[in-house]
Amino acid sequence: MNKNVSNAAEAISGIKDNMTLMLGGFGLCGIPENCISALVNAEIMGLTCISNNAGVDDFGLGLLLKKRQIKKMISSYVGENQEFERQMLSGELEVDLIPQGSLAARCQAAGAGVPAFFTPAGYGTEVAIGKEVRYFDGKPHILENALQADFAIVKAWKGDRFGNLVYKGTARNFNPVMAMAGKITIAEVEHLVEPEELDPNNIHTPGVFVQRIFQGINYEKRIEQLTIRSADK
Amino acid sequence: MLDKTGIAKRIAQELQDGWYVNLGIGIPTLIANYVPEGLNVVFQSENGILGMGPFPFEGEEDADLINAGKQTITAMPGAAIFDSAMSFAMIRGKHIQLTVLGAMEVADNGDIANWKIPGKMVKGMGGAMDLVASADNIIVAMMHTNRKGQSKLLRQCTLPLTGVKCVKKVVTNLAVLDITPDGFKLIERAPGVSVDAIEEATEGRLIIEGDIPEMKI
Repeated sequence: MNKNVSNAAEAISGIKDNMTLMLGGFGLCGIPENCISALVNAEIMGLTCISNNAGVDDFGLGLLLKKRQIKKMISSYVGENQEFERQMLSGELEVDLIPQGSLAARCQAAGAGVPAFFTPAGYGTEVAIGKEVRYFDGKPHILENALQADFAIVKAWKGDRFGNLVYKGTARNFNPVMAMAGKITIAEVEHLVEPEELDPNNIHTPGVFVQRIFQGINYEKRIEQLTIRSADK
Repeated sequence: MLDKTGIAKRIAQELQDGWYVNLGIGIPTLIANYVPEGLNVVFQSENGILGMGPFPFEGEEDADLINAGKQTITAMPGAAIFDSAMSFAMIRGKHIQLTVLGAMEVADNGDIANWKIPGKMVKGMGGAMDLVASADNIIVAMMHTNRKGQSKLLRQCTLPLTGVKCVKKVVTNLAVLDITPDGFKLIERAPGVSVDAIEEATEGRLIIEGDIPEMKI
């Protein structure tokens, strides 16, 4: 078993205009930096991107937004990006905002073969418009569909050629559920290691969900809100 | 009248030993600084950590360790890290005993609006809709009035809702109020604030029974 490809450019081969992509990460934490750069260089247009956030103006998915490569964003929170706000309010960018837990569950459902599920999140709000409502134990729930993607692109700390992945810290976030949901899942890792170097007991994403893997380069790992406490407290 | 720190200090008095607590962005984040001595409380951040610790010292920040506000954090001994689906499973499954979040508006039936101002501001709901739809114990931390001086405690929300009939308690710069079937019930006044001033700043139905004690901060 060898899913190793040489770099980001090779990993994204087959991604075409107007496809739907999932991209892992929370804010700028755990985002697939190498593949985002490769998508910018490849000038792939008309993308629908499913990602919890939309990056900042000059990093993350903001780089794709700046080049107008994204037609539609499906996210839960997009508040850190002025270009995003401008494109959305002017109608250039289609935006579907969905509750964060529903977003995670909809990705996981797709990967797990569950076509839809009921959740209380969003009942009685704009999110529930047009969705079936059903009561369980007297409480209203709305029907949410699984979210599928042509490609899912995730970022892990370590991985092996079988596609097994281990994440670090809160850079895990959406990566494991999105890895499950892609028709083709690409994983970029900080360290591509020999299979025997990963403990089978501590694999976060089993390799079955991953089709392509490569060791990324030049990770910037930008911090969005550097917050420190003073040493004298 | 309380400042934001005062609101956080007052809400910290609601914490109970052994609770798992989710704190939203803004005033709620400050509550972690005022946990009463001797109480063991575990803070959850919905991006995927239980056992969130204080901000790191300079030079010890880790880009791979942040909270839901994207701030650098530390992990306490006993912390656990997990993915977003697991994080909301513990929220939806009612394993978190208290949720504290900010709001733009709260109605006297417990409705809350905090994610969108049509045509002006759309940041998204993040995890707020999941949190308010499932948590049994939801406290809103906010200023009593907006920047124009208009009440944020309303008969009915005017902004798009985040959740319906879910808020249990509101702590503002002026008062502590419980949500009851008959409206906001005034529980405590902020130091130096009269019942009249609270009445004036509250648009929703307000229930005042007997003497209203002043908060002890």
